[in-house]
Amino acid sequence: MPKRNDLKSVLVVGSGPIVIGQAAEFDYSGTQACRVLKSEGLRVILVNSNPATIMTDPEVADATYVEPITPEYVEKIIAKERPDALLPTLGGQTALNTAVSLHENGVLAKYNVELIGANIDSIQKGEDRDLFKGVVERVREKIGHGESARSVICHSMEDVLAGVETLGGYPVVVRPSFTMGGAGSGFAHDEEDLRRIAGQGLTLSPTTEVLLEESILGWKEYELELMRDKHDNVVVVCSIENFDPMGVHTGDSITVAPAMTLTDREYQRLRDIGIAVIREVGVDTGGCNIQFAVNPDDGRIIVIEMNPRVSRSSALASKATGFPIAKIAARLAVGYTLDEIPNDITRETPASFEPTLDYVVVKVPRFAFEKFPLADATLTTTMKSVGEAMAIGRNFTEALQKALRSLEKKGSQFSFAGTPGDKATLLDIAQTPTDGRINTVMEAIRAGATPEELFDATRIDPWFLDQLYLIHEVAQEIEAASELTPELLRLAKRHGFSDAQVAAIRGLREDVVREVRHALGIRPVYKTVDTCAAEFAAKTPYHYSSYDEETEVAPREKPAVIILGSGPNRIGQGIEFDYSCVHAAFALADAGYETVMVNCNPETVSTDYDTSDRLYFEPLTLEDVLEIVHAEQQAGPVAGVLVQLGGQTPLGLAQALKDAGVPIAGTSPEAIHLAEERGAFGRVLHEAGLTAPKHGTAFSFEEAKAIADEIGYPVLVRPSYVLGGRGMEIVYDEESLATYLEQNAGLVSEHPVLVDRFLDDAIEIDVDALYDGEDLYLGGVMEHIEEAGIHSGDSACALPPITLGGFDIKRLRAATLGIAAGVGVRGLINIQFALAGDILYVLEANPRASRTVPFVSKATAVPLAKAAARVSLGATIAELRAEGLLPAEGDGGTLPMDAPIAVKEAVLPWNRFRDEHGRGVDTVLSPEMRSTGEVMGIDAHFGTAYAKSQAGAYGALPTKGRAFVSVANRDKRSMVFPVKALVDLGFEILATAGTAEVLRRNGVEATVVRKHSEGPGPNGEPTIVQLIHDGGVELIVNTPFGTGGRLDGYEIRTAAVSRGVPSITTVQGFAAAVQGIASLSAGDIGVRSLQEHAEHLIAARES
Amino acid sequence: MTAQNAKAAGPAVLVLEDGRTFRGSAYGAVGETFGEAVFSTGMSGYQETLTDPSYHRQVVVMTAPHVGNTGVNDDDPESSRIWVSGYVVRDPARRPSNWRSQRTLDDELVKYGVVGISGIDTRALTRHLRERGAMRVGIFSGAALADDATLLAKVRNAPEMAGADLAGEVATAEPYVVPAIGPDGEAVPIGAAKFTVAAVDLGIKGMTPHRMAERGIEVHVLPANSTAEDIYAVNPDGVFFSNGPGDPATADHQVAVLREVLGRGTPFFGICFGNQILGRALGFGTYKLKYGHRGINQPVQDRTTGKVEVTAHNHGFAVDAPLDEVSETPFGRVEVTHVCLNDNVVEGLGLLDRPAFSVQYHPEAAAGPHDAAYLFDRFVSLMSQMESKSA
Repeated sequence: MPKRNDLKSVLVVGSGPIVIGQAAEFDYSGTQACRVLKSEGLRVILVNSNPATIMTDPEVADATYVEPITPEYVEKIIAKERPDALLPTLGGQTALNTAVSLHENGVLAKYNVELIGANIDSIQKGEDRDLFKGVVERVREKIGHGESARSVICHSMEDVLAGVETLGGYPVVVRPSFTMGGAGSGFAHDEEDLRRIAGQGLTLSPTTEVLLEESILGWKEYELELMRDKHDNVVVVCSIENFDPMGVHTGDSITVAPAMTLTDREYQRLRDIGIAVIREVGVDTGGCNIQFAVNPDDGRIIVIEMNPRVSRSSALASKATGFPIAKIAARLAVGYTLDEIPNDITRETPASFEPTLDYVVVKVPRFAFEKFPLADATLTTTMKSVGEAMAIGRNFTEALQKALRSLEKKGSQFSFAGTPGDKATLLDIAQTPTDGRINTVMEAIRAGATPEELFDATRIDPWFLDQLYLIHEVAQEIEAASELTPELLRLAKRHGFSDAQVAAIRGLREDVVREVRHALGIRPVYKTVDTCAAEFAAKTPYHYSSYDEETEVAPREKPAVIILGSGPNRIGQGIEFDYSCVHAAFALADAGYETVMVNCNPETVSTDYDTSDRLYFEPLTLEDVLEIVHAEQQAGPVAGVLVQLGGQTPLGLAQALKDAGVPIAGTSPEAIHLAEERGAFGRVLHEAGLTAPKHGTAFSFEEAKAIADEIGYPVLVRPSYVLGGRGMEIVYDEESLATYLEQNAGLVSEHPVLVDRFLDDAIEIDVDALYDGEDLYLGGVMEHIEEAGIHSGDSACALPPITLGGFDIKRLRAATLGIAAGVGVRGLINIQFALAGDILYVLEANPRASRTVPFVSKATAVPLAKAAARVSLGATIAELRAEGLLPAEGDGGTLPMDAPIAVKEAVLPWNRFRDEHGRGVDTVLSPEMRSTGEVMGIDAHFGTAYAKSQAGAYGALPTKGRAFVSVANRDKRSMVFPVKALVDLGFEILATAGTAEVLRRNGVEATVVRKHSEGPGPNGEPTIVQLIHDGGVELIVNTPFGTGGRLDGYEIRTAAVSRGVPSITTVQGFAAAVQGIASLSAGDIGVRSLQEHAEHLIAARES
Repeated sequence: MTAQNAKAAGPAVLVLEDGRTFRGSAYGAVGETFGEAVFSTGMSGYQETLTDPSYHRQVVVMTAPHVGNTGVNDDDPESSRIWVSGYVVRDPARRPSNWRSQRTLDDELVKYGVVGISGIDTRALTRHLRERGAMRVGIFSGAALADDATLLAKVRNAPEMAGADLAGEVATAEPYVVPAIGPDGEAVPIGAAKFTVAAVDLGIKGMTPHRMAERGIEVHVLPANSTAEDIYAVNPDGVFFSNGPGDPATADHQVAVLREVLGRGTPFFGICFGNQILGRALGFGTYKLKYGHRGINQPVQDRTTGKVEVTAHNHGFAVDAPLDEVSETPFGRVEVTHVCLNDNVVEGLGLLDRPAFSVQYHPEAAAGPHDAAYLFDRFVSLMSQMESKSA
């Protein structure tokens, strides 16, 4: 039964910006799906607002719409493209929800678009908790197993309070319906918890519905990934067991594949239930994931939930097994059956089987609580992690330790140095699941805790705990031995110890341990992920290391380039870097190299075995990379290691790799040092005749004060050694400077503080450029919408720059060339400039691919990362122009006059975090980056492009209603014009007394509302916060006050987040929003595919 | 229980008949053992595997690295003892964890004197067996350790699997009855069940009569050397031939008995060895697969419905029958009903003119997925049809 012939075109819906709970995994899934559908001869139409995705590369689909994924915009695309079908199961909850909306508002019927991969009925059954409970009940009637936790559905706070009684009291779980990644759910231990969590849950749920449930805290948690075809063939692709028991969102849990502590009878029972559920829900063609809780005392099974779509877990399962779920789901959706699809890896056996593993996979979450110091770091059923690392080993201990070091975070690896803390205290701490609890457990083991004590404290399965004891015993043995014998080193390596760990235990240097190990000939071998435990020969070189006997790395002839990826997603280093790595793999393969990818992030396209010629799923530490380089050098010639595309992680390895004799492709480690070390970079700037803002280095308040006095407030202060804007603040006066130094005393004691002049009201500019040693290719010039001082990753920006003239571009080009040449870049460089009072300042330069490379590539239709990879390996810009990889003439600084305007907007995870009192965290932008992702809006004019970027990121800008305006004194002057414009557009203005007065003096009438701090009025007049909560405000403009008045703003902004009201925190952002609103009000906004934009741009370039 | 503690148990050596040697640690009993080296790819169900009589005289290599995690309980064994002659695992559990666990696997292996080895590169060994085929192997530990040449000579002196007649060694010596299970979950009194099946034990697994009993069948399990007379003495509605170890080419007695059963038109169902015997009774040959099918993830297509089931396999031999045509036999037309999609091996036979069918794999699924349980229903409906015909 081959594919359906009635389908000619399919609209694939992506998942939009990276947010917590919905990350790069959907780029991986979506890219696979688009490629499959295209190869099946279908016209693929794609919508995804996220430019940093491979799926939105113009060659992946036939028509790529980087437009907001909202029913309004998707309808426009449907009306224009008239697809036969819509595939909503590969774009996460966003795509699924959009599909449901388009069904409900009749758009699908109107344009005769068939939903494939899932039907509305099964989506509802899977997603609606009440309907799903019915599914589980029917399954139990049929096969006698599986049940739901006892629960009550509630639509109001009264229902909620009554519900607790029905369930027999606290604790209870609160789960809002139809939210993504479990947003808004949590455990309520008392009525106060309940009112808070359920109150917010009712608001978050699009159906104002929450479910209260009996507590199954501490039970074992499992997941199965299933696929079903139209002939009702079902396979279980993977079982996953959570190391952390029930109570922690599976996205925040350490998880293990395959399940480790189930007998066959119990496993088959889960499998039977899973199959019965997928049938009952009616997923006919595609995948789903089902979560189970199992009572460790008697095996009682609760079916927690199912997702009738490809999910984060299915991406993990695909990487863990080698079974490409999304790819196969796409084939099933167009009519194939599982037995008709060959297994990619064996090529001879069909996909209608269940992968079997001869290794262990461990996934660990990566958190970013350091970015949100006020957020409560307790792990709950709401997902809070921003990324994950996966590791593969031949046993659990090896996989676990590899995974922990893949996190690339200080303290993530087990440490056996020093005296452990007090046992009782540690056991007490271990009771609460947090980031790094596993390290606390290890410390408790070191402090003498028994397995029983630890089980009682954590409910972590005794088998897993025993594995931690095993690791501890090995550590003890390493410590006690008189010397490092080969047997001892082998034992340590077999259980995943890194050279660094062994060194720390023995009081040696890491490189000494490595030398000893190499002298003894103890090196890892590389095994293959083959779906079948070696039963059949694998054709796909998807490798992982293990200290075992036999390696499977095949010899090769062609020179290899080893591309180092970027590791787990984190704030500041996300999918954008993966994008560049993937492009490098494509470009270098085309140029005749054998491409070898190294990465440990299971969400990404780079870790798809299809992306490169060889994939090493390995941690990105010096040790692990050196071993891979060694293995590949044994296999054939290695042309170089590419470190400049994966962000700071590989860049940080460059010097050490070079010192170990590894050839680094492109920009040399010495050049990287020139750009990164402040003193050296200062000299580069000096020679190029460029200026940096005045700055100084201080070791004490007195020194800092002296510097600040000299260069003038406000100043930007930060600890000297951190990256990504960590701990960076703008300080407006001496008092705040003192406070800053007090608060950061810990950081400052060991490292000096950098004090920079803060350029108030400056325009910040980002430049991405390529340099080959001779020619410069200016990739793109981006003008930030927020002023300098907001981290560039959090700032919206426009390309081409909207207010810069030809002279400015000329200056920027010259400055970029000067820096690129001075540093000695071979490949990409990103430079941040600030233009203040017509003086161009250089803020910083990064000799690597930046976060904006994919945005620039999409906006200018030039594959910058591909070109960078080629330049790194010795191609010249002139050659690439001749080849057609770069435009024959001109560059990103000479875009035609009518080039479209692209606006990048950052997406921030405010709604994910609560402080320990359960209140939201503040939403003010600062020099510290906190966004998780980005969207792009592209259109002919800035206003429309900006409006699209807002719709894609947060929800559409309002076109009428009430706007609340409250700005800091320094912003009052610049606020008047945009407020007037809003009034002209028909908005009613609400303002606090002070702001209202300024407006009145400027001829704008504003309704005065009470501040939160004033409380309700004598006649019950609500405060602004109450008004926002009641839905009486459509737009909020609230810029933070330098110091005082901050608290009121905090309340306003958090209320805005919880109600989903657009909240603008900079005056520049406000001006942009007004332009966007004006464009929206002016009439219909159209949609245009990237291919059309590119065609237009190419034509304009050539004319 | 200290095996694979930071300090490992004593050394052990695994020697293949082609001379490849793996060094690891002793696991289970200490001593020496020989058998045919085979690998099993199931990730769960080691207890069922160990107690499956079909593994008699085989040294089983587990491709799943962690074995023993759920300990051992009294409910899951497929027979009264462990049958494997040797056991090869990479990382045995130090501490089992499961609410049904009663004791450790290590202790259980010691109790049954099963010599094992742990800590070797089981994937390398599996790949070797995949490329070179199943072969003889020895595991040596403790006092049995000697120089490689001596050990290799010992391995090469061990008997081969081809030509081995083993069913008699594993099957029950005396007949016994597994009562049917009523709708209330209680045993149905002997003689009161809807159907009676005579099940010839060639190495039967405990789950097989249980699956029949669940469907209201009273199962009379008979010794491997039973005659047609013995079979018909229980007045059966159906006859069943079980799985079992050894080379089907040696099962001449059972082939002859089955021909009688077919001749009398009694409904017949065979599993595994039973399938090979049906093949031979119909005149097909059998042959030894290079390295067999042993695992619980094998895709089998039921050619009568087109559906694919994920199934449990444990066979080193297969029936040589034409896949794409109906064959004429002395018992009428026969077709290949089931095929393994991995390699197109014959996985099931069905007679078109008589009530007899068999499968090469394990619908009783212990361990393994329950996808093929419908075959027991098919057997029941064959018996029902006969009943209604004769009524």
